[in-house]
Amino acid sequence: MTASAVWQIVLTLLVAGGLSIPLGHYIARVFCNQKTFLDPILDPVDALIYRLIGRDATGQAMNWRGYAASMLWTNVLMGLVIYVLLSAQGHLPLNPLHFAGLNPFLAFNTAASFITNTNWQNYAGESTLSLFSQMAAITFPMFTSAATGFVVAIAFFRALSANTSQGANLGNFYRDFVRVLTRLLLPVCLVVTPILVWQGSPDTLTGMVVAHGLQGGVQHIPLGPVADLEAIKHLGTNGGGFYNANSAHPFENPTPLSNLIETLLMMVTPMALVVTFGRMVENARLARVMYGVMALMLVTALFIAVGAEQAGTPLLTHAGIMQAPGHGQMGGNMVGKEVRFGITQSAIFDTVSTAFTTGTVNSMLDSYTPMGGMVSLVQMMLNCVFGGKGVGVLNFLMYGIFAVFIAGLMVGRTPEFLGKKIEKREIVLASLALLVHPIIILIPTAWSLLAPYGVSSLGNSGSHGLSEVLYAFTSAAANNGSAFAGLNGNTPWYNVTLGLVILFGRYASIIFMLALGGSLAAKPAVSETVGTLKTDTMLFGGFWLATIVVVGALTFFPVLVLGPIAEVFALYAHHATAGGLR
Amino acid sequence: MSHPLATALRFTLITWLLCGLGYPLVEVAINQVLFPAQANGSLIRVQGRVIGSRLIEQAFTGPRWFHGRPSAVHMNPTQSGASNLGPLSRRLARHLARRRARLVAQHPSLAGRRLPADMITSSGSGLDPDISPANAYLQARWVARARDVPLARLRALVGRHIQGPWLGLFGQARVNVLALNLALSRVGHTRRARMGMDRPERGHRGRRSVRGHERTSG
Repeated sequence: MTASAVWQIVLTLLVAGGLSIPLGHYIARVFCNQKTFLDPILDPVDALIYRLIGRDATGQAMNWRGYAASMLWTNVLMGLVIYVLLSAQGHLPLNPLHFAGLNPFLAFNTAASFITNTNWQNYAGESTLSLFSQMAAITFPMFTSAATGFVVAIAFFRALSANTSQGANLGNFYRDFVRVLTRLLLPVCLVVTPILVWQGSPDTLTGMVVAHGLQGGVQHIPLGPVADLEAIKHLGTNGGGFYNANSAHPFENPTPLSNLIETLLMMVTPMALVVTFGRMVENARLARVMYGVMALMLVTALFIAVGAEQAGTPLLTHAGIMQAPGHGQMGGNMVGKEVRFGITQSAIFDTVSTAFTTGTVNSMLDSYTPMGGMVSLVQMMLNCVFGGKGVGVLNFLMYGIFAVFIAGLMVGRTPEFLGKKIEKREIVLASLALLVHPIIILIPTAWSLLAPYGVSSLGNSGSHGLSEVLYAFTSAAANNGSAFAGLNGNTPWYNVTLGLVILFGRYASIIFMLALGGSLAAKPAVSETVGTLKTDTMLFGGFWLATIVVVGALTFFPVLVLGPIAEVFALYAHHATAGGLR
Repeated sequence: MSHPLATALRFTLITWLLCGLGYPLVEVAINQVLFPAQANGSLIRVQGRVIGSRLIEQAFTGPRWFHGRPSAVHMNPTQSGASNLGPLSRRLARHLARRRARLVAQHPSLAGRRLPADMITSSGSGLDPDISPANAYLQARWVARARDVPLARLRALVGRHIQGPWLGLFGQARVNVLALNLALSRVGHTRRARMGMDRPERGHRGRRSVRGHERTSG
């Protein structure tokens, strides 16, 4: 790895970390109803929205059932709106290229995917969606799905908060939701979008421009409201691209600076939420332990991925391609990567994208080296390396509850977390939330590989083909949305199964976690004694990490052996004895 | 108290208006005023005619132009995308070998030489507007010969078109192919207009300097 690569990783992490701390405190202030600097402007806006929704609905405190019900109702309705808009696209305005409506399978898959913050795309934006759909059916759920994940996490934090005077109540769903939009997502996007446009990302209502090339030849260049979608796509850890090539497309991500901005946008809020957690439960030491464990996993992933891509593969060496960087070229595995990003910015971007479950890519993961691709796969399987809006930190806490339980059993202490006893009901709910993930990944993967309608979509053969299907279901279950894009997902089988996996992966785990939160909130706090297992120490942090690695990795290790690990060996075995240049 | 479903419905409509219509349209309006050139696709016009976008690769053929990277979508902006071939794929190996063979057939001096990574690998978007400086300098040799322009002059032209990494660190040094070719088309005109006696000598010196470069990059 070059010095420049190391510096790019270190500086990106430092800037994101530096931004996340004040942002985390700001978010905590917003949700504890403390004063923030935007209040004078935004309080009247909030008040107006509350009045439009209905004052009684935004005034009441909700228990976990009420919170979950409001979340589900709004999400179902938003999903329906998206489904209808996509299906009726042909009859709606701002459709300069006259695209027809989406077929029911694809419309279902897309609605499910965008309402859940997954943004898996079985369509190519520039040749499928009208400008109206890109705004009203794609940009819209990018805000709401991010806000949904966010408020669920906030509600869970309230449940764990020691000084809950509200008993079993978790706050008000609508009020929280509006505050996420007006205090965080919309202001940041309003500021960031012009910066992306300045760098070269288009933002227009013109659908297409015809260019007559320098050497003859005609090019039809699709344009549209791209930059505003890019801002929320990254800030909301959504990941669905305006164009098929996603953030590899020069209009979505025109320069190294835009690439850095998009990377940081993905990172800041999930990182900040850990800080918010520490402040809301009034245990900054615990938050620091969590932050440290997640950061350790992320740093490891970044170094492995950048190292693997820069090292290249024997196949590329054999093809006569320079593999060492220097002398005005970048070396390494440039298949499916863009020159302006080179190896390092490409690998950082995609690794961050799968850690924070954004799913946007600026280079094609299907063409990554086996190790580089496996880093992304494993991060989605663990689904808690900071993770997406809200749900990442929830998954991490779920592992924490397991760690407390296991450690408690090992040393014979009562398992307590933040002063609340962990008992049978909590462990059952946490187990259910944990088990959903492997079940909805492994069973559909196995089924797809056994069925002709599953195998016919593969873009590559052998263990890489297995990785493509495994990646698709892992990405859907983790609500990530990135893909080994060689797989053709736009078939009835994949549209429906991936859509269902996305819905289960999202709502099953959210509901289990809210139920768990409700159960903890209702418990009286027990005071700390010498018998209490301390959870805010480095030692417990290590145990926490071990729990994640053992539980997460052992669940998926067998299938990883068949996919990317087999591929590592095959790659080197196949080319070990190959000849020189032709 | 109103029904929960009615509340959810009102809420959905309000957020849809706010985030799905209000926000994008406001942004379009702001950006059309602030950065009209970029907001409309960074188009390059020559005598009023759009010849392409600075950010979108277009096809060039023959030795008289610099070529961009291979594209899995034939540089068609309406279907951006990559080959998505896996690292072990036989098809990937065949593609790389074929592109390499074609280059070597046109420029026999490349035989047995390692090529810059971006020269024969296809990009992520299929529309990558840039190539690496090493790639551009290598191509400058045959472009200079085909255009009968001193190599030193083309190397200087390439040098002027190199965009470094941001802050000297983030991203990769790169050369925008369309901008370079546009400048090249202008060099050709002025060159032919005032071509003089110094041509063979300069050409000779230029060729020698290329060999020097090859040694360092090999």
